[in-house]
Amino acid sequence: MKNRRVKNKLLPYIFVSPYILHFLLFVAFPVLFSIILTFHKWNIISPMEFTGLNNYVRLFKDTIFLKSISNTLIFLVIHIPLQIIVALFIAEILNQNIKFKGFYRSAFFLPVIVSGVVVTMLWQQLYGFDSGLLNRLLTSVGLPKIGWLIDPAMAMPSIAIMATWKNVGLYIILFLVGLQTVPRHYYEAAELEGANHWQKFFKITLPMINPTIFMVVILSTIGGFSLFIEPYIMTGGGPLNSTISAVLYIYKQGFFYYHMGYATTLGLFFAMLILLVVVTQKKFLEKGE
Amino acid sequence: MKKLLFYFCLTISALIFLYPFLWMISASLAPESEIGNLFALPSSFSLHSYLSMFNKIPIGRAFVNSMIVASSITFGVLLTGSIVGYALSRLQFKGRDLIFYIIIFTMTLPFQITLIPQYIIMVKFGWVDTYLALIAPYMINALSIIMFRQYFKTIPQDLIDAARIDGCGDFRIVFRILWPNSIPAIVTIGIITFMASWNEVLWPLIVIRDESLMTMPQLVTLFAVGGRAESQLGVKLAAAVMLALPIIIVYLFFQKYFIQSMTSTGIKD
Repeated sequence: MKNRRVKNKLLPYIFVSPYILHFLLFVAFPVLFSIILTFHKWNIISPMEFTGLNNYVRLFKDTIFLKSISNTLIFLVIHIPLQIIVALFIAEILNQNIKFKGFYRSAFFLPVIVSGVVVTMLWQQLYGFDSGLLNRLLTSVGLPKIGWLIDPAMAMPSIAIMATWKNVGLYIILFLVGLQTVPRHYYEAAELEGANHWQKFFKITLPMINPTIFMVVILSTIGGFSLFIEPYIMTGGGPLNSTISAVLYIYKQGFFYYHMGYATTLGLFFAMLILLVVVTQKKFLEKGE
Repeated sequence: MKKLLFYFCLTISALIFLYPFLWMISASLAPESEIGNLFALPSSFSLHSYLSMFNKIPIGRAFVNSMIVASSITFGVLLTGSIVGYALSRLQFKGRDLIFYIIIFTMTLPFQITLIPQYIIMVKFGWVDTYLALIAPYMINALSIIMFRQYFKTIPQDLIDAARIDGCGDFRIVFRILWPNSIPAIVTIGIITFMASWNEVLWPLIVIRDESLMTMPQLVTLFAVGGRAESQLGVKLAAAVMLALPIIIVYLFFQKYFIQSMTSTGIKD
């Protein structure tokens, strides 16, 4: 009997032990070790060399690092509004009494499930300067070609447009779910008061789907800071570092130059920045409610 | 009249989302000289691009690797997620809340911070260029633990009590009593986990250098950016089709579940 009691006390810990083990090995240790690493220079092979605050000093003088932050901001400034507008627009239409709703939904959702590698390879062709579909469409109606991926001012916006195309299906569905929770009699009451379509949208729909907008903003922000495969395949970070992203720069420093200490400093800094941006957005958006 | 405008908008948008995929498939099947043709179907179909791609890269092997990795991770996540989720929702013990808060905390931790140290662990363990590097770090997933915990909480305690009276141990309760009553949670976690691991590309690029161990997205990426495709577009597109097709086929059969799973968790790859 006593034996069984002991077993019963231990059992919950045995059940959670896989998580504890995983946490210690792949979360706690890496986080602590990364802090130590930021004070060192190390290429994994030769012994670690203590360099004090060197990595941090270097960070603030590193123009590519600053560039990667401004690139991410450019991405977010285009990606977030575009994503919300397109998703809301399509969700509004789908929320009407429409036939083949299932087909449209599945079509919009397709890019969400397909690998980013495939999407990037496809858009690389669409964005081609001479033979790309988009420029051919432009020239066929008499407009000049756009240097989608070769013009430094255009390359990051092009990636933001592609990312919107890939993810928007998810947000269409989320908005659709949000729209369906708005009680119909709200609109009916507003109509009796003589509200027009826009008034109904801004006074009823928008406040009701605020939580969904909040979610889109947070997920897109995290997505922007996690951009990697898109610039890796499409531009390699160019032209003139105009598409170098946070993760691509960490990858280059870590696995191209083997600057483990500096790459970790970058990682730590970006992680702090993400948390800061997300917390600020959260404060701001909750105030707006 | 208004309706017509709606259908027009929807159809144009649907075309914008579907057209690139249709073009990819048709161009990969076109003879090399007609790939530049963006609007019409090719005059004849040829498997030339596919044969040439099979000769250049071990895509079959990569498919098997991806299957092994994604299936092991999915199986592992379902197993560990349900066991830990069970302990957190149905067992009483000291430190339970602490563990729960740690799990929530780790979910908010950006991966950028652990990327390099995790790679160093792989190097020190000698796991670089092994399946272990691809699988082990992903065997447990905080989100799946939380989802199982939430779902198990909705299952009536009577069911568990009855099983206990019948002499069921805790493992049997999890797998014989709770699992059959948690199919929606299992499907959701299964789909998002399998998809995320199938499409993962950054981590394989870091820990795998040996071509025979590469997963599909990694192999196709390196093929696309490297010189081996010799800038033959058809061959690259054939590789892209091979990478996209398995998930698209599964998606065609289980669309409803895919859409439900991903919107309920807000997860994209």
